[in-house]
Amino acid sequence: MLSCRPAPGTSQSNFEPRIVAFFCNWCTYLAADLAGTSRMKYAPNVRVVRLMCSGRVDPQFVLDAFAHGADGVFIGGCHPGDCHYQEGNYKTLKRYHLLKRVLKEMGIEEDRFRLEWISAAEADRVRTAINQMVEKVRDLGPLNLELKDVEKADAEEVLV
Amino acid sequence: MSDRSPDKPKVAFYWCASCGGCEEAVVDLAEAILDVVAKVDIVFWPVAMDFKRKDVESMADGSITATFLNGAIRTSEQESMAQLLRSKSQLLVALGACSHLGGIPGLANLFDRASLMQEVYVQPPSTINAEGTLPQTHYQDNGYSVELPVFQETVRPLDQVVDVDYYIPGCPPTPKTFLAAVQILLGSELPVKGTVLAPDCALCDECPRKDTKPEKPVFTEFKRPQQVLVDEQKCLLAQGLLCMGPGTRSGCEALCVRGNMPCSGCYGPTSRVRDQGAKILSCLASLVESKDETEIDRVLSTIPDPVGTFYRYGLPGSLLQRKRPDGVRQAPLPSR
Repeated sequence: MLSCRPAPGTSQSNFEPRIVAFFCNWCTYLAADLAGTSRMKYAPNVRVVRLMCSGRVDPQFVLDAFAHGADGVFIGGCHPGDCHYQEGNYKTLKRYHLLKRVLKEMGIEEDRFRLEWISAAEADRVRTAINQMVEKVRDLGPLNLELKDVEKADAEEVLV
Repeated sequence: MSDRSPDKPKVAFYWCASCGGCEEAVVDLAEAILDVVAKVDIVFWPVAMDFKRKDVESMADGSITATFLNGAIRTSEQESMAQLLRSKSQLLVALGACSHLGGIPGLANLFDRASLMQEVYVQPPSTINAEGTLPQTHYQDNGYSVELPVFQETVRPLDQVVDVDYYIPGCPPTPKTFLAAVQILLGSELPVKGTVLAPDCALCDECPRKDTKPEKPVFTEFKRPQQVLVDEQKCLLAQGLLCMGPGTRSGCEALCVRGNMPCSGCYGPTSRVRDQGAKILSCLASLVESKDETEIDRVLSTIPDPVGTFYRYGLPGSLLQRKRPDGVRQAPLPSR
């Protein structure tokens, strides 16, 4: 699915976080577009996925991103009350809070998962939020969910 | 068995990391088991008959028509038996939640091996183990050597170890589910490989309380069954109870709900869902009534153990599979 697994041997010193961002079509994606046309610069570590609504972000997308090599996941939606579909962002807010609890229990740090309300006019907010998140994740280091390799390493390990 | 016929399909049963409940489900077929036994030869079933590994080794590859394997894979012995049975069987069927998705033993994926060993062999208040002696894989004494299986770092469902043809869900599968699956396999046309042999819709569809389910149940608190007097007729979601029904495959005929307990999700997800826990989380969270962040958080805090609730039977088979190790490889077990 997402081919963003770090190259083998990637060390922490030259670590570049890979962040998957889900932006809503009506607000945050337009803000990111505005940031682009206004020639604002922000960290290039984000892969933006445009969805019709932040409410379309299935928690499965977030887990799938983490399981396939993302070091962080960012969701951007309309401010409360501004949702194009009335309620979508509230649903996101509720799911975000419950998913955060699950991620915490699964050993994934809180700063790797972020929800921001960014309207179509707030290009600067896209820039600062992304830059902040990239720096936080950079400090945390790679997520390294090398799931498939656990037992392989296990078999090689001498147990005596 | 003495009346072994060359025409009858040969069937094997095996168990790995499981409680034995799936074997019970087979025995619970009661009289119906006689019909099954009349149609097949059981060539390997360690829990009920005296067979050894060498009996399986001596069989030709592909000579077993179908093997029903229950239990998750935790030790090197289980892994090697799964591989052996895979090569001897035309069809390998994962029987029960553990084999299908990891099951209850899969919750051990919230811990690493070293801490599990400490918890079981060193720390229990009733244990005196000052030297911290732990099970070893090799032991030598008086010229004899004993080998024990390796206890692996992670619990895995069967399909993370070998190729699996079909799945029979449930903890345990109801006798009815098992019988229906066997009849499908004995039939002339086999379903697509990878099929879960149970109905492919949510439990709510066959729930006896379906008619009392509101259009949109709302939660101001997630209640636990012991905290309320549960109405025996009304939809459990409408009573504020956390029921996994909307995110769980049907086929059990809502046994738990009929017993006035919420569904805990043992039949796993339907075919359109990859991660049952994420999906039921999505459903239940969006039913929280409040729009205020602090209040939302308070309501959600009434689910004391989200992973253990949403992934009770499916953590190893989920997208994340296990708790992330703390970044440091666990130290190997100390040698004696």
